[in-house]
Amino acid sequence: MHWVPILSALRRNKVGATLIALQIALTLAVLCNALFIIQQRTAQSRRPSGVGDEASVFIIDNRWVDEGSDLAGREQADLAALRALPQVADATVSNVHPLGGPVWSEAMLLNPDKPRSGVQAMIYMMDDHGLDTLGLRLVAGRNFHPADVVNRHGLADHAGGTLPGIIITQAAAQRLSARGSVLGRKVLIVPDGVSTTIIGIVDQLMSTPLAGNAPFSQNSIILPYRWADAQIFYVVRARPGQRRAAMAAARSKLYDVSTQRIITDMQTLSESRLDAYRGDRGLAFLMEIVCAILLVVTAFGIVGLTSYWVAQRRRQIGIRRALGATRGAILRHFQSENLLIAGAGVVLGVLLAIVANLWVVRSVALSRLPLVYPLIGVVAMLLLGQLAVLWPALRASAVAPASAARSA
Amino acid sequence: MTGDRLFSYYLSLALRSLRNNVALTSLMVLAIGVGIGASMTMLTIFRAANGNPIPEKSAQLFVPQIDNFGPQPGAPPQARDLLPPDLTYTDAQALMQAHLATHQAAMYPTTVSVTPPDARQVPLQGHARATYRDFFTMFDVPFQFGTPWGQSEDDGHAAVVVLTRAFNQQLFGGADSVGRSLLINNRPYRVIGVLNSWQPRPLFYDLGQQNFSGADQLFLPFTRAVDAQMMTSSNFNCDRPGAGSGWDGILRSNCIWIKFWLELPDAQAVARYRTFLNNYAAEQRQLGRFHWAPRIALRDVPEWLAYNHVMPAAVTTLTSVSFAVLAVCLLNAAGLMLAKYMSRSASVGVRRALGADRPAIFAQGLVEAGMLGLIGGLIGVGLIQLGLIGSRAELPQDLSVLTHMRASDFFIAVSLAIVTALLAGLYPAWRAMQVEPALQIKAE
Repeated sequence: MHWVPILSALRRNKVGATLIALQIALTLAVLCNALFIIQQRTAQSRRPSGVGDEASVFIIDNRWVDEGSDLAGREQADLAALRALPQVADATVSNVHPLGGPVWSEAMLLNPDKPRSGVQAMIYMMDDHGLDTLGLRLVAGRNFHPADVVNRHGLADHAGGTLPGIIITQAAAQRLSARGSVLGRKVLIVPDGVSTTIIGIVDQLMSTPLAGNAPFSQNSIILPYRWADAQIFYVVRARPGQRRAAMAAARSKLYDVSTQRIITDMQTLSESRLDAYRGDRGLAFLMEIVCAILLVVTAFGIVGLTSYWVAQRRRQIGIRRALGATRGAILRHFQSENLLIAGAGVVLGVLLAIVANLWVVRSVALSRLPLVYPLIGVVAMLLLGQLAVLWPALRASAVAPASAARSA
Repeated sequence: MTGDRLFSYYLSLALRSLRNNVALTSLMVLAIGVGIGASMTMLTIFRAANGNPIPEKSAQLFVPQIDNFGPQPGAPPQARDLLPPDLTYTDAQALMQAHLATHQAAMYPTTVSVTPPDARQVPLQGHARATYRDFFTMFDVPFQFGTPWGQSEDDGHAAVVVLTRAFNQQLFGGADSVGRSLLINNRPYRVIGVLNSWQPRPLFYDLGQQNFSGADQLFLPFTRAVDAQMMTSSNFNCDRPGAGSGWDGILRSNCIWIKFWLELPDAQAVARYRTFLNNYAAEQRQLGRFHWAPRIALRDVPEWLAYNHVMPAAVTTLTSVSFAVLAVCLLNAAGLMLAKYMSRSASVGVRRALGADRPAIFAQGLVEAGMLGLIGGLIGVGLIQLGLIGSRAELPQDLSVLTHMRASDFFIAVSLAIVTALLAGLYPAWRAMQVEPALQIKAE
């Protein structure tokens, strides 16, 4: 009974109703895919690096003016000076760092005869201070001894050599062998061709932000090399609360030791994290803006068109009121009408969302849309419709029976 | 009435009608403005990212690829058919020596320390490109001072350097620095030329991390850089151990790190060069270096940009989503226009009764829609500026250089707004045209 006048009213406004339903469908399709992308990108930008208290660790990007001899000796002098600073907890030198900078990856093999069975992992070169400086948590085995550390002069140095031991992440250990511990196992690292033994396992150390959510993203190996090259990273941990002072002191101390250097960049790991995930956060933010625009435009579209329908049907509303329809009944009429239109819209919208997702998966390389997102979208769009229709529907319910009859 | 006067009559009718229902008119104009603002912000960025970096020659410049890694059964399926993007030093040297193209240049980027001649200035880091003289002629690079180096500098491993205009500004205050000397990695080099402003975008000849904002600061002879053992600052990929130790080991290795460009004038030359590459790969197989059938490729600039997926996925996604916003705005405007046109059925009926024919009513509806589009488009242009400022702040630095509107973007925005409004007005105008004169007068 209640639906008959609604359907007959809708039949007279087929095109207008279709336009609203289509807007709702499109908005829903974009909304749930956008929410999904926002959620994924935000989660990605918060991925743990394994580093304890990123804000206390800073990276000094150091380049030597000349590529002269004894770079390793200069580094040891620098590190001694840095570690002696009262604001500094510990320091090391590295070829890469976990939140930006270059990517150096190699394969680690348990069985050198099966080169394809390797685990691809990020190569970190750090001395025995690496673990403490980054604040990594050792879960098995031991840290490097000072005697384990070997100087490595550039990329092509040490190819085919041996190392007393390496430390790997738990993720890399699990990929190397699903059953049993790999602690103490011999491995070959290719293409470097270095043979060594796994002596320690750390909880977590991110490979590179570029890896995204790929399996490679937590695979890292720490090799006890002192990386001596034209360009190096000093990794420094400040004592709690002294990061700012430590950065200023470190810079002037390094220039005191030698001016034959260019400090091209100096930033904390939390700043590096912001830079590394700027694209992800930016995409998420722009998607949020787009969603907000869509919701507002759709809402105003509903308000505008329903207001027109109210104006158009003033006479009919007056007659219904005169025939005994309550104000609530008029309100319900417009709200049910909107529910019907929005209902058709969300059905079409869910189908569109799934089709759009197939395309999104291919272009942004994400996984399939979980069911919860279309559900959120459906609820959001039905609510939006009800809210948008409220004001015109209230105006309709305010039409007085008498005045309507007079105007007729 | 003549066409002109008729049009201005419709315009005045449209203006009157727009003023009649300010709320509905503002909603429509805003819907179109917002739709244009969102879609054109992203389309402006998309178009900038999609630009041709070297339009006059993009079909004559090629990247050769040679499969020196062989089949990769362990690789993910989508990567299995890809060829190594760079060349080994060995292969790059072979192509340079074959000298079969009009121009050819091997190249790689490296970072260096630069000590300015003025002792008061501190040393700074420079992004250098090691390459051959053909780089400058092949890419039509403009010079402000001096010239590129010549064959003799390439052959003589000369310590000469070409600076970009910006780097010359930084080092020498923009003066003609040809003949001056500076220290690179603490060794003396002589300035032989200074480039004029030159910023190909995307940086087609070295695609990687900074495709849009990346730029070189100085150029030096490849032969010299190799002598000085300058390592690449870009990718260095190896497929197997046993490179051997030291710099010689790197040069002899099967690792890829050299980029290579060449210029070929026509299709015959391209075909000849393909044959040469195939023969070269076959020869390497006979020599026992490759154990697989030759696989080679020769890609021109547009092909190379597509092959490297230069268009960022984020930009494509945002552009398509923003056009969905435009579609919603179009539907929105269509609904509102329908409401507006139908609400004045009475006056249309009067005009029909006074002799206006259906095409006249239809035309008037479209003129009004077009006017809405024009106003909406102008509002949209304002919103695009806001959108670009926001995108500049939010997008990664490499993409933020793309957030600038050109004159063509302005025209596209306004035209798109008018087209959108006309599309939205099509059905409402058609419905208005159906109004019967007699019926409406009776109803009054």
